[in-house]
Amino acid sequence: VLHTTRPLHTTQQSLAPVPPLPEKGGEVRHGLIPEEFFQFLYPKTGVTGPYMLGTGLLLYLLSKEIYVVNHETAAAACILTVIVYAIKKLGPEVAAFADKLNEEKVATAVAMKDEAIQTLQTAIEEEKKEQWRAEGRSYLFDAKRNNVAMLLETNYRERLLMVYSEVKKRLDYQVAMQTLKRQKEQDHMIQWVEKSVVQSITPQQQKESIAKCIVDLKALSKGAHAAV
Amino acid sequence: GPLWERPLMEVRLGELHTWISTCNFSPQGLLAAVQRAWSSYCAKYIHVKQGGPAGISMLLAGYCLLSYGWNYQHLSKISYFRSS
Repeated sequence: VLHTTRPLHTTQQSLAPVPPLPEKGGEVRHGLIPEEFFQFLYPKTGVTGPYMLGTGLLLYLLSKEIYVVNHETAAAACILTVIVYAIKKLGPEVAAFADKLNEEKVATAVAMKDEAIQTLQTAIEEEKKEQWRAEGRSYLFDAKRNNVAMLLETNYRERLLMVYSEVKKRLDYQVAMQTLKRQKEQDHMIQWVEKSVVQSITPQQQKESIAKCIVDLKALSKGAHAAV
Repeated sequence: GPLWERPLMEVRLGELHTWISTCNFSPQGLLAAVQRAWSSYCAKYIHVKQGGPAGISMLLAGYCLLSYGWNYQHLSKISYFRSS
Protein backbone atom coordinates (compact mmCIF):
# COMPACT_ATOMS: atom_id res chain seq x y z
CA VAL A 1 0.00 0.00 0.00
CA LEU A 2 1.56 3.26 -1.06
CA HIS A 3 0.69 6.14 1.21
CA THR A 4 0.24 8.97 -1.22
CA THR A 5 0.56 11.51 1.52
CA ARG A 6 4.19 10.54 2.11
CA PRO A 7 6.50 12.87 0.21
CA LEU A 8 8.92 11.21 -2.19
CA HIS A 9 12.36 12.35 -3.28
CA THR A 10 12.46 15.30 -0.95
CA THR A 11 16.14 14.96 0.02
CA GLN A 12 19.10 15.56 -2.24
CA GLN A 13 20.62 12.17 -1.56
CA SER A 14 19.63 9.48 -4.01
CA LEU A 15 21.27 6.37 -5.37
CA ALA A 16 21.44 7.54 -8.97
CA PRO A 17 23.28 9.07 -10.65
CA VAL A 18 26.37 7.67 -8.94
CA PRO A 19 29.09 10.31 -8.52
CA PRO A 20 32.01 9.63 -10.88
CA LEU A 21 35.28 8.17 -9.62
CA PRO A 22 38.09 10.63 -8.88
CA GLU A 23 40.61 10.98 -11.68
CA LYS A 24 43.81 10.36 -9.77
CA GLY A 25 44.48 8.66 -6.46
CA GLY A 26 46.28 10.16 -3.52
CA GLU A 27 49.78 11.35 -4.31
CA VAL A 28 52.49 8.90 -3.32
CA ARG A 29 56.22 9.53 -3.52
CA HIS A 30 58.57 6.72 -4.55
CA GLY A 31 55.55 4.45 -4.75
CA LEU A 32 55.54 3.88 -0.99
CA ILE A 33 55.16 7.00 1.11
CA PRO A 34 52.07 9.21 0.79
CA GLU A 35 52.59 12.83 -0.02
CA GLU A 36 50.86 13.86 3.19
CA PHE A 37 53.86 12.72 5.19
CA PHE A 38 56.18 15.06 3.31
CA GLN A 39 53.67 17.91 3.63
CA PHE A 40 53.37 17.18 7.33
CA LEU A 41 57.13 17.58 7.85
CA TYR A 42 57.63 20.45 5.41
CA PRO A 43 56.91 23.41 7.74
CA LYS A 44 59.38 22.23 10.36
CA THR A 45 62.16 20.64 8.36
CA GLY A 46 61.81 21.86 4.79
CA VAL A 47 62.25 19.63 1.77
CA THR A 48 65.06 17.33 2.95
CA GLY A 49 63.51 16.57 6.32
CA PRO A 50 61.75 13.30 5.50
CA TYR A 51 64.80 12.01 3.60
CA MET A 52 67.07 12.69 6.54
CA LEU A 53 64.54 11.00 8.77
CA GLY A 54 64.50 8.01 6.46
CA THR A 55 68.29 7.74 6.28
CA GLY A 56 68.71 8.10 10.02
CA LEU A 57 66.03 5.51 10.67
CA LEU A 58 67.63 3.07 8.23
CA LEU A 59 71.10 3.46 9.76
CA TYR A 60 69.68 3.06 13.26
CA LEU A 61 67.85 -0.12 12.30
CA LEU A 62 70.93 -1.55 10.64
CA SER A 63 73.41 -0.64 13.34
CA LYS A 64 71.30 -1.84 16.19
CA GLU A 65 70.60 -5.06 14.31
CA ILE A 66 66.88 -4.45 14.54
CA TYR A 67 66.94 -5.24 10.84
CA VAL A 68 69.16 -8.30 10.40
CA VAL A 69 70.95 -8.55 7.06
CA ASN A 70 70.45 -12.10 5.88
CA HIS A 71 70.00 -14.00 2.64
CA GLU A 72 66.53 -12.60 2.30
CA THR A 73 67.95 -9.10 2.06
CA ALA A 74 69.79 -9.99 -1.14
CA ALA A 75 66.70 -11.69 -2.54
CA ALA A 76 64.57 -8.66 -1.65
CA ALA A 77 67.06 -6.33 -3.32
CA CYS A 78 67.03 -8.34 -6.57
CA ILE A 79 63.25 -8.65 -6.57
CA LEU A 80 62.79 -4.96 -5.90
CA THR A 81 65.14 -4.04 -8.73
CA VAL A 82 63.25 -6.24 -11.15
CA ILE A 83 59.90 -4.92 -10.01
CA VAL A 84 60.93 -1.29 -10.30
CA TYR A 85 62.43 -1.90 -13.73
CA ALA A 86 59.29 -3.67 -14.92
CA ILE A 87 57.04 -0.91 -13.65
CA LYS A 88 59.12 1.80 -15.25
CA LYS A 89 59.25 -0.03 -18.57
CA LEU A 90 55.80 -1.51 -18.92
CA GLY A 91 53.79 0.89 -16.78
CA PRO A 92 52.44 3.20 -19.47
CA GLU A 93 51.46 0.29 -21.75
CA VAL A 94 49.48 -1.45 -19.04
CA ALA A 95 47.89 1.86 -18.12
CA ALA A 96 46.87 2.47 -21.72
CA PHE A 97 45.41 -1.04 -21.98
CA ALA A 98 43.40 -0.60 -18.79
CA ASP A 99 42.21 2.78 -20.01
CA LYS A 100 41.13 1.21 -23.29
CA LEU A 101 39.11 -1.44 -21.43
CA ASN A 102 37.47 1.25 -19.37
CA GLU A 103 36.73 3.28 -22.47
CA GLU A 104 35.04 0.32 -24.09
CA LYS A 105 32.86 -0.29 -21.04
CA VAL A 106 31.88 3.36 -20.86
CA ALA A 107 31.26 3.43 -24.61
CA THR A 108 28.87 0.47 -24.46
CA ALA A 109 27.00 2.04 -21.54
CA VAL A 110 26.78 5.39 -23.32
CA ALA A 111 25.66 3.65 -26.51
CA MET A 112 22.90 1.92 -24.60
CA LYS A 113 21.85 5.20 -23.07
CA ASP A 114 21.86 6.93 -26.46
CA GLU A 115 19.88 4.11 -27.99
CA ALA A 116 17.32 4.30 -25.21
CA ILE A 117 17.05 8.06 -25.67
CA GLN A 118 16.69 7.57 -29.44
CA THR A 119 13.91 5.00 -29.07
CA LEU A 120 12.12 7.30 -26.65
CA GLN A 121 12.49 10.20 -29.10
CA THR A 122 11.00 8.15 -31.93
CA ALA A 123 8.23 7.05 -29.57
CA ILE A 124 7.50 10.71 -28.80
CA GLU A 125 7.39 11.51 -32.54
CA GLU A 126 5.07 8.60 -33.20
CA GLU A 127 2.85 9.75 -30.36
CA LYS A 128 2.69 13.28 -31.75
CA LYS A 129 1.84 11.84 -35.17
CA GLU A 130 -0.95 9.80 -33.62
CA GLN A 131 -2.26 12.87 -31.88
CA TRP A 132 -2.24 14.76 -35.17
CA ARG A 133 -4.06 11.84 -36.77
CA ALA A 134 -6.62 11.85 -34.00
CA GLU A 135 -7.39 15.47 -34.82
CA GLY A 136 -8.81 14.34 -38.17
CA ARG A 137 -11.55 12.35 -36.54
CA SER A 138 -13.99 15.20 -37.17
CA TYR A 139 -13.57 14.61 -40.91
CA LEU A 140 -14.11 10.93 -40.38
CA PHE A 141 -17.33 11.56 -38.52
CA ASP A 142 -18.49 14.02 -41.16
CA ALA A 143 -17.97 11.38 -43.83
CA LYS A 144 -19.84 8.83 -41.76
CA ARG A 145 -22.65 11.27 -41.15
CA ASN A 146 -22.84 11.92 -44.91
CA ASN A 147 -23.02 8.20 -45.56
CA VAL A 148 -25.85 7.76 -43.11
CA ALA A 149 -27.74 10.74 -44.54
CA MET A 150 -27.36 9.29 -48.02
CA LEU A 151 -28.67 5.93 -46.90
CA LEU A 152 -31.67 7.58 -45.28
CA GLU A 153 -32.30 9.64 -48.42
CA THR A 154 -32.17 6.63 -50.73
CA ASN A 155 -34.46 4.69 -48.45
CA TYR A 156 -36.92 7.53 -48.31
CA ARG A 157 -36.92 7.85 -52.10
CA GLU A 158 -37.37 4.14 -52.57
CA ARG A 159 -40.40 4.17 -50.34
CA LEU A 160 -41.77 7.23 -52.09
CA LEU A 161 -41.44 5.43 -55.41
CA MET A 162 -43.15 2.38 -53.99
CA VAL A 163 -46.04 4.44 -52.69
CA TYR A 164 -46.40 6.15 -56.03
CA SER A 165 -46.38 2.88 -57.97
CA GLU A 166 -48.88 1.28 -55.64
CA VAL A 167 -51.27 4.20 -55.87
CA LYS A 168 -50.88 4.26 -59.64
CA LYS A 169 -51.65 0.54 -59.81
CA ARG A 170 -54.81 0.99 -57.87
CA LEU A 171 -55.92 3.97 -59.97
CA ASP A 172 -55.14 2.06 -63.21
CA TYR A 173 -57.27 -0.76 -61.91
CA GLN A 174 -60.19 1.57 -61.32
CA VAL A 175 -59.75 3.10 -64.80
CA ALA A 176 -59.58 -0.33 -66.42
CA MET A 177 -62.68 -1.38 -64.60
CA GLN A 178 -64.60 1.65 -65.81
CA THR A 179 -63.53 1.21 -69.45
CA LEU A 180 -64.35 -2.46 -69.32
CA LYS A 181 -67.79 -1.73 -67.90
CA ARG A 182 -68.52 0.90 -70.55
CA GLN A 183 -67.35 -1.42 -73.29
CA LYS A 184 -69.51 -4.20 -72.02
CA GLU A 185 -72.49 -1.89 -71.85
CA GLN A 186 -71.82 -0.72 -75.40
CA ASP A 187 -71.50 -4.24 -76.73
CA HIS A 188 -74.59 -5.33 -74.95
CA MET A 189 -76.56 -2.37 -76.23
CA ILE A 190 -75.37 -2.96 -79.82
CA GLN A 191 -76.33 -6.58 -79.59
CA TRP A 192 -79.71 -5.76 -78.17
CA VAL A 193 -80.33 -3.17 -80.85
CA GLU A 194 -79.31 -5.62 -83.58
CA LYS A 195 -81.52 -8.29 -82.10
CA SER A 196 -84.52 -6.04 -81.88
CA VAL A 197 -83.96 -4.77 -85.43
CA VAL A 198 -83.66 -8.31 -86.74
CA GLN A 199 -86.79 -9.25 -84.88
CA SER A 200 -88.64 -6.26 -86.19
CA ILE A 201 -88.06 -7.33 -89.77
CA THR A 202 -91.44 -9.06 -90.55
CA PRO A 203 -91.56 -11.84 -93.10
CA GLN A 204 -93.45 -9.43 -95.44
CA GLN A 205 -90.67 -6.96 -95.40
CA GLN A 206 -88.16 -9.77 -95.86
CA LYS A 207 -89.85 -10.92 -99.07
CA GLU A 208 -90.11 -7.40 -100.39
CA SER A 209 -86.44 -6.69 -99.66
CA ILE A 210 -85.30 -9.97 -101.26
CA ALA A 211 -87.39 -9.20 -104.47
CA LYS A 212 -85.92 -5.71 -104.60
CA CYS A 213 -82.45 -7.14 -104.27
CA ILE A 214 -83.04 -9.61 -107.11
CA VAL A 215 -84.36 -6.80 -109.36
CA ASP A 216 -81.37 -4.65 -108.49
CA LEU A 217 -79.00 -7.53 -109.21
CA LYS A 218 -80.64 -8.19 -112.58
CA ALA A 219 -80.33 -4.54 -113.47
CA LEU A 220 -76.75 -4.56 -112.44
CA SER A 221 -76.01 -7.73 -114.41
CA LYS A 222 -77.66 -6.20 -117.43
CA GLY A 223 -75.53 -3.17 -117.07
CA ALA A 224 -72.41 -5.37 -116.65
CA HIS A 225 -73.33 -7.49 -119.76
CA ALA A 226 -73.74 -4.31 -121.75
CA ALA A 227 -70.37 -2.99 -120.56
CA VAL A 228 -68.61 -6.16 -121.51
CA GLY B 1 33.17 19.64 13.78
CA PRO B 2 33.00 18.41 17.33
CA LEU B 3 35.91 16.38 18.71
CA TRP B 4 34.45 12.91 18.74
CA GLU B 5 33.32 13.07 15.08
CA ARG B 6 36.69 14.07 13.63
CA PRO B 7 38.92 11.44 12.07
CA LEU B 8 42.31 10.75 13.65
CA MET B 9 44.31 12.74 11.11
CA GLU B 10 42.50 15.96 12.00
CA VAL B 11 42.96 15.68 15.76
CA ARG B 12 45.66 17.90 17.22
CA LEU B 13 48.28 16.43 19.49
CA GLY B 14 47.05 18.18 22.63
CA GLU B 15 43.53 16.83 22.12
CA LEU B 16 44.67 13.27 21.47
CA HIS B 17 43.99 12.16 25.04
CA THR B 18 40.41 13.41 25.07
CA TRP B 19 39.85 12.01 21.60
CA ILE B 20 40.93 8.52 22.69
CA SER B 21 38.58 8.76 25.67
CA THR B 22 35.66 9.36 23.36
CA CYS B 23 36.52 6.32 21.25
CA ASN B 24 34.23 3.30 21.14
CA PHE B 25 36.36 0.31 22.18
CA SER B 26 33.69 -2.38 22.04
CA PRO B 27 34.12 -5.12 19.40
CA GLN B 28 31.51 -3.49 17.17
CA GLY B 29 33.22 -0.15 17.57
CA LEU B 30 36.64 -1.59 16.71
CA LEU B 31 35.19 -3.46 13.77
CA ALA B 32 33.51 -0.30 12.57
CA ALA B 33 36.78 1.60 12.93
CA VAL B 34 38.66 -1.04 10.90
CA GLN B 35 35.91 -0.97 8.28
CA ARG B 36 36.08 2.82 8.04
CA ALA B 37 39.86 2.81 7.72
CA TRP B 38 39.81 0.16 5.00
CA SER B 39 37.07 1.85 2.99
CA SER B 40 38.79 5.24 3.19
CA TYR B 41 42.09 3.67 2.04
CA CYS B 42 40.30 1.97 -0.86
CA ALA B 43 38.47 5.14 -1.86
CA LYS B 44 41.68 7.13 -1.84
CA TYR B 45 44.15 4.80 -3.58
CA ILE B 46 42.30 1.96 -5.33
CA HIS B 47 38.89 3.10 -6.61
CA VAL B 48 40.23 5.77 -8.91
CA LYS B 49 40.27 6.10 -12.67
CA GLN B 50 44.05 6.25 -13.02
CA GLY B 51 45.59 4.46 -10.06
CA GLY B 52 49.30 3.72 -10.11
CA PRO B 53 51.45 1.12 -8.34
CA ALA B 54 50.94 3.03 -5.09
CA GLY B 55 47.76 1.27 -4.09
CA ILE B 56 49.00 -2.31 -3.78
CA SER B 57 52.66 -1.46 -3.15
CA MET B 58 51.80 0.20 0.15
CA LEU B 59 49.78 -2.87 1.15
CA LEU B 60 52.70 -5.16 0.23
CA ALA B 61 55.17 -2.99 2.10
CA GLY B 62 52.93 -3.08 5.15
CA TYR B 63 52.69 -6.86 4.84
CA CYS B 64 56.50 -7.13 4.61
CA LEU B 65 56.99 -5.04 7.72
CA LEU B 66 54.33 -6.96 9.65
CA SER B 67 55.78 -10.34 8.74
CA TYR B 68 59.29 -9.16 9.66
CA GLY B 69 57.96 -7.97 12.97
CA TRP B 70 56.23 -11.29 13.67
CA ASN B 71 59.29 -13.34 12.70
CA TYR B 72 61.87 -11.11 14.40
CA GLN B 73 62.52 -13.48 17.25
CA HIS B 74 63.29 -16.32 14.86
CA LEU B 75 65.28 -14.17 12.44
CA SER B 76 67.46 -12.69 15.12
CA LYS B 77 68.55 -16.14 16.27
CA ILE B 78 70.02 -17.17 12.93
CA SER B 79 73.74 -16.81 13.18
CA TYR B 80 75.81 -16.72 9.95
CA PHE B 81 79.12 -16.92 11.61
CA ARG B 82 79.01 -20.31 13.22
CA SER B 83 82.33 -21.92 13.24
CA SER B 84 81.61 -25.46 12.15
